[in-house]
Amino acid sequence: MLSIKDLNVSFNTRRGRVDAVCGVSLEVAKGQILGIVGESGSGKSVTSYALMRILDRGGIIRQGEIIYSGIDLRNASEQQMTEIRGREISMIFQNPRAALNPIRKVGHQLEDVLRQHAQATRYTAKEKAIEALEAVKIRDAAERYDAYPFELSGGMCQRVVIAIALACNPRLLIADEPTTGLDITTQKAVMDLVLELIRDREMSAILITHDLGLATEYCDQISVMKNGEVVEKGTPQKIFSSPEHPYTQKLVKATPSKGSSIRDLLPDGGNLPLAPRQISEFPLLAVQDLKKTYKGKSGPIDAVNGVSFKIFEGQTVGLVGESGCGKSTTSSMLVRLLDSSSGRILFNGDDLTEISAKAFAKDPRRTDIQMVFQDATDSLNPRFTARQSIADPLKQLVKLRGSALNSRIEELADLVGLPIHLLDRFPHQLSGGQKARVGIAKAISVNPKFLILDEPTAALDVSIQAIVLNLLADLRAKLGMSFLFVSHDLQVVRLLSDYVIVMRDGEIVEQGPTEIVMGQPSSDYTRTLLSTVPKPPSGLTAA
Amino acid sequence: MTVFSGNTDPGADNTSNSITHILYIMKENPVTLIAFALFGFYVLSALFGQQLVPYDPLASDSENVLQPPSLQHWFGTDPLGRDVFSRVISATRLDLLIAVSAVAISFVVGSFLGSVAGYWGGKLDIILSRTLDTIMAFPIFVLAMGIVAALGNTVENIVYATAIINVPFYARLVRAEVNIRRNAGFVQSAKLSGNSDIRILALHIFPNTLPPMMVQISLNLGWAILNAAGLSFIGLGVRPPTPEWGIMVAEGANFIVSGEWWLAVFPGLWLMLAVFTFNLLGDGLRDMVDPRQRT
Repeated sequence: MLSIKDLNVSFNTRRGRVDAVCGVSLEVAKGQILGIVGESGSGKSVTSYALMRILDRGGIIRQGEIIYSGIDLRNASEQQMTEIRGREISMIFQNPRAALNPIRKVGHQLEDVLRQHAQATRYTAKEKAIEALEAVKIRDAAERYDAYPFELSGGMCQRVVIAIALACNPRLLIADEPTTGLDITTQKAVMDLVLELIRDREMSAILITHDLGLATEYCDQISVMKNGEVVEKGTPQKIFSSPEHPYTQKLVKATPSKGSSIRDLLPDGGNLPLAPRQISEFPLLAVQDLKKTYKGKSGPIDAVNGVSFKIFEGQTVGLVGESGCGKSTTSSMLVRLLDSSSGRILFNGDDLTEISAKAFAKDPRRTDIQMVFQDATDSLNPRFTARQSIADPLKQLVKLRGSALNSRIEELADLVGLPIHLLDRFPHQLSGGQKARVGIAKAISVNPKFLILDEPTAALDVSIQAIVLNLLADLRAKLGMSFLFVSHDLQVVRLLSDYVIVMRDGEIVEQGPTEIVMGQPSSDYTRTLLSTVPKPPSGLTAA
Repeated sequence: MTVFSGNTDPGADNTSNSITHILYIMKENPVTLIAFALFGFYVLSALFGQQLVPYDPLASDSENVLQPPSLQHWFGTDPLGRDVFSRVISATRLDLLIAVSAVAISFVVGSFLGSVAGYWGGKLDIILSRTLDTIMAFPIFVLAMGIVAALGNTVENIVYATAIINVPFYARLVRAEVNIRRNAGFVQSAKLSGNSDIRILALHIFPNTLPPMMVQISLNLGWAILNAAGLSFIGLGVRPPTPEWGIMVAEGANFIVSGEWWLAVFPGLWLMLAVFTFNLLGDGLRDMVDPRQRT
């Protein structure tokens, strides 16, 4: 149905020509779901943009052909393409909120598409729009018709986007990272819905994702891309059980799965044993009935409602939950960026809530509690070089100056595996993994006793995630720190944590040693979380 | 040879990077190149114009009164026989000086007020913002006239008046830029590094507001020149016989009816080009100041 042969796409940039896609060939048969898997910068999105002919300015299809049902898309006129987009081929984008016009009702946005492609008249549009909303299983579709995007949750918005994409009964659906940014339970619901709709309507689909687990669960065929080339093609079973290309092997290894240990994620890490750690009997941090209440429009909102737990010296505790469960609020309070409403935070026996978050910057214990932020890009000052960023806490908290400062920075860079020559670069000149290393170096620079890791790998590719996780594991053994590892990803938490806390709606649902919480969860919610993790084809484990 | 094979000195590397970066921006955007060339011309006129002009801008010559442009007098002469070209070029220093000092004052004061209002917010923000809104509510040229008239008719007072009417624009811009970064990740991270609020504001947040500020400064410079010339045009501030574009246009305007167009047109043209230059300069400056453009 769709065949792409030897596609070459390049962009004209300041540094000259950049080839984003080099000789990619793909086929999608009728009724088939093709998965394109690759890490950021592999050219997977560019391929789909090229076939929809919506490349950014400066992007040129240099070579190759794109044939869709006998139509040459590369040479089709803009008018033909407008007809094809939406009616024949439609697309779901990564961020559903950005894909919807924020100031128009979702029903009207659906009607626009229907009428644009002459699927409905002015009189039948509303009826058809509500039907389309019902098709994507939105409850009370007639009421939701009048909703604005901001009134809907992320998962709902993505359903509306899917409804819009499918409104004109296209024959090919391109889903570009459709579930990134959604919670794990929502992710499963959305993917199951997409799968069901595709099967019902006998459509074909291309699923573009960085998540090999997701692709293996939902696709019939998988193409793995790297640096603009397809390195391997095959069925999910084959890709997962006997990957041929070294890159695919690395990718399969780096994807955390049940039973794998943290060293298994690295391509050659199996032979490096983890250094033993000491977990003392002494609680470093004890949280007692911690609460945070915000003033809301309709009464107070309890973001965190009475949580209590302990972290022992040298221990790593995982804090898991979906967005809005209060895990970020809890970590902000622990790191003293946010004042709590009530409750106590005992650090080495002293109650930290007695000192306001504002005054804590000058407290001697500031060095003891540090944090690695979720978004490495956002947490580095864009006008500071990596060296300046790492130097900042050392200058402010330890008062290091001159050559002592420089040698400490270089020692830290070495410790986190950041090449010294990258120290004088600005954040935008560093890759995601390098920025994460700078963030970690900055956090550990003052030798904290307790480090909060707020989704440190959420924005990273799996292979880089594997490296960063191993780095963290080595660091805690070497430096004897306690970690609080905050994440929504249970598999990642399992790899690093000794103890797991599951949160929901501001309360702790379950806590206990990792093997017990992950192995025999006592609450339904934990079981739901565990069951929604995308699984590779049954009976297979990473090779 | 071994000396050069090692790591290059980071300092030298950065300087050469900056130069190639500036050259790149100029090459990419010819308009920026033109703007910078004109800017260079104005700066040179301001610095050396008075030494280089062919005639003394203040010396009258009763033999050559109201001469049209010729090879001797490129822009003609005025009713007192003074060379218009020499006067136009000599006026550059005074006009630029007024504009630059006024903009510098409003930049410093506006940045301070805007940063404070944007970072701490609350009551302070409300009081500052409403006060600045009140200034903005006046027709600004009339306000400037009022200030000069009240404080006295001197060049310094023109500078102060121009500065006061521009402060709210800087303050608002900085306030908005600081406000959106107040809770950014790097600010949180700076708090963990033990920075005090003032350090965070001055060293972490404020430098990040510079790229949009550059555009504002550049637009404002053109505008301040126009403002100073406008005040002189209506007889406030600079007094004759000091060469100044606004006065020259005002004096020349009387002669346009009788056909001596060059008296008003050339100073007016210089004024227009100056405003034009600064307006174009803004975009180029922003590209140079923003580190993200350096890929």
